[in-house]
Amino acid sequence: MLDYETLRIIWWLFIGILLIGFSIMDGQDMGVGTLLPILGKNDTERRCMINAVAPHWDGNQVWLLTGGGALFAAWPLMYATAFSGFYWAMLLVLLTLILRPVAFDFRSKVADARWRKSWDAGLFLGSAVPPLIFGVAFGNLLQGVPFHFDESLRPIYTGSFLSLLNPFALLCGIVSLLMFTFHGANYLILRTDGALQQRARRTGLITGLLTAVLALAACLWGWFGIDGYRIIGDIATDAPSNPLAKQVVCESGAWLQNFTACPALWLVPALALIAAVAGSILASRSRGGAAILCSSVTMLGLVLLPLAAMFPFVMPSSSCPNAGLTLWDCTSSQLTLFIMLIVTAVLLPIVLIYTTWAYRIMSGKITAQYIRDNDKQLY
Amino acid sequence: MITEQLVDLSRLQFALTAMYHYLFVPLTLGLSFLLVIMEGCYVATGREIYRDMTRFWGKLFGINFAMGVATGITMEFQFGTNWAYYSHYVGDIFGAPLAIEGLMAFFLESTFIGLFFFGWKRLSKGGHLAATFLMALGSNLSALWILIANAWMQYPAGSAFSDLTMRMEMTDFWAVVTSPWAQAKFMHTINAGYMTGAVFVCAISAWYLLRGRHTELAHRSLRIGSTFGLIVTLCTFWMGDQSAYLVAQNQPEKLASMEAMWETHEAPAPLSLFALPDEEAQLNRAEIGIPGLLGLMGTRSLDEQLPGIRDLIARNEQRIRTGQQAVSLLEQLRQDPANDELRDRFNAVKSELGYGLLLRRYTDKVSDATPEQISQAARSTIPAVVPMYWSFRLMIGAGCLCLLAFILGSWYGIRGSIPCRSCVLLFIVCCLPLPWIACEIGWFVTEYGRQPWSIYGILPVHLSVSGLSVGDLVGSLSGFIGLYTLLLIAEIWLMIRTVRRGPSDGGPAPQPASATQPASAPQPAPGTAASDR
Repeated sequence: MLDYETLRIIWWLFIGILLIGFSIMDGQDMGVGTLLPILGKNDTERRCMINAVAPHWDGNQVWLLTGGGALFAAWPLMYATAFSGFYWAMLLVLLTLILRPVAFDFRSKVADARWRKSWDAGLFLGSAVPPLIFGVAFGNLLQGVPFHFDESLRPIYTGSFLSLLNPFALLCGIVSLLMFTFHGANYLILRTDGALQQRARRTGLITGLLTAVLALAACLWGWFGIDGYRIIGDIATDAPSNPLAKQVVCESGAWLQNFTACPALWLVPALALIAAVAGSILASRSRGGAAILCSSVTMLGLVLLPLAAMFPFVMPSSSCPNAGLTLWDCTSSQLTLFIMLIVTAVLLPIVLIYTTWAYRIMSGKITAQYIRDNDKQLY
Repeated sequence: MITEQLVDLSRLQFALTAMYHYLFVPLTLGLSFLLVIMEGCYVATGREIYRDMTRFWGKLFGINFAMGVATGITMEFQFGTNWAYYSHYVGDIFGAPLAIEGLMAFFLESTFIGLFFFGWKRLSKGGHLAATFLMALGSNLSALWILIANAWMQYPAGSAFSDLTMRMEMTDFWAVVTSPWAQAKFMHTINAGYMTGAVFVCAISAWYLLRGRHTELAHRSLRIGSTFGLIVTLCTFWMGDQSAYLVAQNQPEKLASMEAMWETHEAPAPLSLFALPDEEAQLNRAEIGIPGLLGLMGTRSLDEQLPGIRDLIARNEQRIRTGQQAVSLLEQLRQDPANDELRDRFNAVKSELGYGLLLRRYTDKVSDATPEQISQAARSTIPAVVPMYWSFRLMIGAGCLCLLAFILGSWYGIRGSIPCRSCVLLFIVCCLPLPWIACEIGWFVTEYGRQPWSIYGILPVHLSVSGLSVGDLVGSLSGFIGLYTLLLIAEIWLMIRTVRRGPSDGGPAPQPASATQPASAPQPAPGTAASDR
């Protein structure tokens, strides 16, 4: 068996990979869903957009579910603390996410305009609200969340839902939503044609540039405007998980220390911003494939960035800093981490292979003609 | 502060969302395999009728599947949102099968369902059948892993409590995966799901036959559905017996309440057919039973005794007293984790720690619990008898009626005629809700019968909840009820509409006027559905 410290780092990476995988994969259909009422001017155009993601949205959404499952299995204390603390935020994600599968499947089965409009609204909510909330959640993690533990390690959250909606967190939420929208626009450039594609090109240009500008603003705010957290003294990296065995201080500029310690990390935000600008230019020139590659790099960078800045923290506590969760003290046991590592190492490549295959089978432009020809078989 | 009200509301929310989710799961399990069989017939014989069958039932499958996916998301997140202490306490074991379910099963079924619906023209016949099969396999694997997780809640194998991390930790993954409970539960549940799919196909086909519509498709579907149903019903019964045996062996409290067995009977105990249990007086007002049968089924012997409720309460009172010591020792050990002598003393009694934790419901300071509180906690280890007793019998009754429907359906399907044809077909149509009733009630017996535990013998439900306010729960519960009700209305309406329109929908022929439509929404003729607006 691998040693506990290595396993903990691997699982920190895996959680990161699952979050990035979720953004890049589900980002396509969530981006398209967000753009649905904006870019789809009539029913055929909206059906083109929906059918561009129709065979894939379900598989893509599993990245989110697997991410949740992996969080539960690898960082149970983080899963418990974050999900119960962010109760109303999670519930908002849930209640909107529930609309999506149903809307996709039910929408086009009935030709009534009101029926379709209602489900379109569901698709929009289910696609736009989750990325927004996930961004807000990251914004709050960076500032620290008010929670502590009682003597039996029961997490106790002392904040409120409204306190989550502070300016910095809202900025993070908007960056996240823009990043998803940018990705969705690029996907539409690749998969649609005509006037719809024209509009997607313009949207890709605007959202890409906005993502770059606002992400830069959020970065600067995060580094210089908010206080980070730092462990003082030693923390055992291979001891049984106990979040109450360390000393933590809250101080300004603490989220910069990993970057000063390891200057190569500056590449992460740099790449994300450059890719966003490059992607928006490519999008405006109708280079959908290359633009998707760029928005994927932007997503990779912008998801990795807060994780890297907070390392080794995964959920700092603002009300009781010593209780903040780090990747050293909120993980599962060594055995569980090891078994899950093997399972993931075997299964994830297989998933990637058949997902790629499914995308190849279903590739090609979704045109108005295609919708007319396959009216009853499509969404 | 954890109040009884908070616990009750959390339980209610989990029960409602889980039972609602389970309206869709069994049909997904059953119908997916029936689709594989139908499409297999198409690939083997090349006859178009089987492709039409696959597409028609596939359309209904899709409507149901979307609801299953949507409501499944809630289940995955709700452990964290509403059962935070549970998630911390057992996440080391319970989280693993959930994550594996995602990686191994959800990805598979969700990726291939896309190809099932949209790949007809892009895949070869064999390729499409493979996609359908992998989708069905994914659904079934998902059931396997979630039932491994659930079986561990009933029978926590392969794990131990760690005082350093204050939680249960995995000691033997293989023991969790291959636990006899997981095997029996998986087989029982999955076959019940197949029954649901089979009844669904048979009942709708019987309705078409009664109406004289789509007779060829309906007749073939009835034949496939009822023969398949007959086989899987026998498997369900067999695995139900196995599950009941495991309950008798490992959860005597559940068995005693299912059977309204107040006193320990001389071996072998009788199987109760009818009883009027009186919870207050702890006895049955009236009782009819088959001598010896319960003892035979529950112990597979003639001389082993099955304990009654009164004896179990007395036994559990003793366990709670030992558990009380375990809780005190653990508190001392948390103050002084380096004390190995203390740890040895704790380890000697830690198997009863969960029983000590039962007292937390009645007092904050477990070591000071009064004898009255201890006996209260001991009585709480027996789930309420009346609902257990009757729901168990209702499940079996519904299952038996399904068996009858399958026997009649197979007869008619294979012979092509049957005496009292209309009555038989009408009976099969009327059986439509039965598998859902049986499935929901079966889960009720399993989960309600585990009370007061969330992990049997390890963690009481009372401690498992998140520290939310009653207002939070009222709000979220209202949100779920509101949204779920709307979705259910839309789903049932769409299902009925699709069934009424029948398999020929999409063809050039105009639909019969009987098709349901919203009064205010005139339906354009087929073919103009995609008109721009």
